[in-house]
Amino acid sequence: MTRIIKNRAVVEDSWSVLRLAEGETADTIDLPQGPVLVPLSVWHARKSALLAASSPAAPVGVWLAAGEGPESLADDLAQLSVIAVDFPKFTDGRGYSAARLLRERYGYQGEIRAIGDVLPDQLFLMARCGIDAFALRADKDADKALTLFDTFKTPYQAAVDQPQPLFRRRAA
Amino acid sequence: MYRYDNYDHALVQERVAQFRDQVRRWKAGELSDEEFRPLRLQNGLYIQRHAPMFRVAVPYGMLSSAQLRRLAKIARDYDKGYGHFTTRHNLQFNWIPLERVPDALAELAEVEMHAIQTSGNCIRNVTTDQFAGVAADEILDPRPLCELLRQWSTFHPEFAFLPRKFKIAVNGALEDRALTWFHDIGLHIRKNEAGEVGFRVIVGGGLGRTPIRGQVVREFLPWQDILTYNEAILRVYNRYGRRDNAYKARIKILVQALGVEKFAEQVEAEWAHLKGGPATITQAEYDRVAAFFNPPAYAQLPAIDEGFVQAQAELPAFARWVERNVRPHRVPGYAAVTLSLKKPGTAPGDVSDVQMDRVADLADRYSFGEVRVTHEQNLVLADVRQDELQALWQDAKAAALATPNIGLITDMICCPGGDFCDLANAKSIPIANAIQAKFEDLDYLYDIGDIELNISGCMNSCGHHHVGHIGVLGVDKGNEEWYQITLGGRQGNNAHLGKVIGPSFPADEVAGVVEKLIGVYLDNRHEDELFIDTLDRLGVEPFKDKVYGDRLKGKKAA
Repeated sequence: MTRIIKNRAVVEDSWSVLRLAEGETADTIDLPQGPVLVPLSVWHARKSALLAASSPAAPVGVWLAAGEGPESLADDLAQLSVIAVDFPKFTDGRGYSAARLLRERYGYQGEIRAIGDVLPDQLFLMARCGIDAFALRADKDADKALTLFDTFKTPYQAAVDQPQPLFRRRAA
Repeated sequence: MYRYDNYDHALVQERVAQFRDQVRRWKAGELSDEEFRPLRLQNGLYIQRHAPMFRVAVPYGMLSSAQLRRLAKIARDYDKGYGHFTTRHNLQFNWIPLERVPDALAELAEVEMHAIQTSGNCIRNVTTDQFAGVAADEILDPRPLCELLRQWSTFHPEFAFLPRKFKIAVNGALEDRALTWFHDIGLHIRKNEAGEVGFRVIVGGGLGRTPIRGQVVREFLPWQDILTYNEAILRVYNRYGRRDNAYKARIKILVQALGVEKFAEQVEAEWAHLKGGPATITQAEYDRVAAFFNPPAYAQLPAIDEGFVQAQAELPAFARWVERNVRPHRVPGYAAVTLSLKKPGTAPGDVSDVQMDRVADLADRYSFGEVRVTHEQNLVLADVRQDELQALWQDAKAAALATPNIGLITDMICCPGGDFCDLANAKSIPIANAIQAKFEDLDYLYDIGDIELNISGCMNSCGHHHVGHIGVLGVDKGNEEWYQITLGGRQGNNAHLGKVIGPSFPADEVAGVVEKLIGVYLDNRHEDELFIDTLDRLGVEPFKDKVYGDRLKGKKAA
């Protein structure tokens, strides 16, 4: 079990993340018991096996690499209780767009989890883009990070957390 | 100008608290240098040669006298008594210890200023025409839309970690005075046949290592749609821009790789989902912001003030200053005045704390308490009565701010260069000073007339050398500082890049080379022909021959 932040609280979590090592392929890799987040390629190659093996106690989810968008998951969203967005480096901002698209374009209601190089100072931005679970990098303190969600109380833009921009609420 | 309400105030105050906490955690070892780096950059803080360089935003170039006094105070209390205006409406301090930056930010927040996103791979400070609101050729004052863009881009959650920096410029007049063809997004305010206001949207321009003129992705975008359309552009860039090589990560490289038609298709496809959404600007919001930019309480004055005309006839020095530094105004009896920060012997764009206080006083006395910053690194008092120009000139002279050289060769754009900047390959200020010294004689300077000379200390091109009529670029050759010369670049509606004329020169030869280039012009010009016109007519060959002739005959050039 690891500790992650979920809906602004630190919780114990049992999901594992399957990553393809050198030489492993989506078609041949051993599928671990859930709860497991598998790469998009594994999901597409082994969807029926993964779904057959899954259960409420051992669910399956998918993680998107930084270059991968949610487009190819559009038809599968109802089958996924967790979609993770990987940040290979915290300075790689592609995951912010992926999360917003999942929520705003594809209407995904399940958990979106940030994995990878996830650092406290980006939590505020990630949360605005619709990410609601955060597997912080192992050396970071999740309890201390909780305060950073409230860095800015009333930001200007429309985003997932507040679909109306400030200018539409300002006069009221 | 725009004034903060409680929301705006809260955001900049929260920013100060955030950064103070980040500095504390960095010092405590909770944030590594690598983790802290983009956080400090997004507050304009670089680690430089001497101390951190701290870049403060002057959004779309507008400053109140109170803000300028605060900048003067920060220069005095935190720095060594001066600051440097850049080509992108920023003021840079060079000597503020990192530990004191949170306090400096707090002082800025009190006067509705900040350093938000003045660096880093995010949307930078929006820039525009320094004569916004007063120019005779204006279609629409760009500043309300600039402020809306400022708010939209401030802490944008999706676009804080782009592949690379992202710069937006807006121009609202017939003549482009904001270098819009060389920005990541350039916006031209225009009216369509029905008289509706919108933008021509240009994407993928930029200077730097790979200078490229931007291309039009949309000829007319209704103004209400600018935020959603920008989101579409930024989203395509954020997702598909290169991240494997920092030198190829600007949006211009993506636009080149896809071709502008394909890029535009992707943007339009993305925008189809966003168009008409909540980020569509409402008329009420536009009106709220635009009200801050209503014209000041101008007096009813004759179009031409007799005393002003007479003073020019009697005082040649005043007349010279008027000729170079004073521009017509759309309101009868008023003028727009440029205060030169290009006094020979000083670093172009540098201004002392005392001068900042003086400019604030001049703004209060003569120009409704407002000042603009130009991308040519000067200051503008935009609303001066003709009958007060002479008094203003006297006061500005006393503060060393009345050098009558706007648009002349000594009014050069120049980055801080190797004296301050860690990125620089070569110094630029001594080159600027050497050129200024060659052209100190006013008759000679005036005889040469309008010309733009731009100097950058490295290929990052902060000194816009690519678009100077004469461009000077510092390069590193075996640990020595050399300078490459380009000719024929220009800004404006016909903006394009200059071409390198040949091998580079050592530092002590640059001013002499510039003098030779000017000599070719003076020897060959037709009546009323400017440097750039003669260059266009003759081509670069006679200029190259003059500069390289001796060298090529003798030894092989370096």
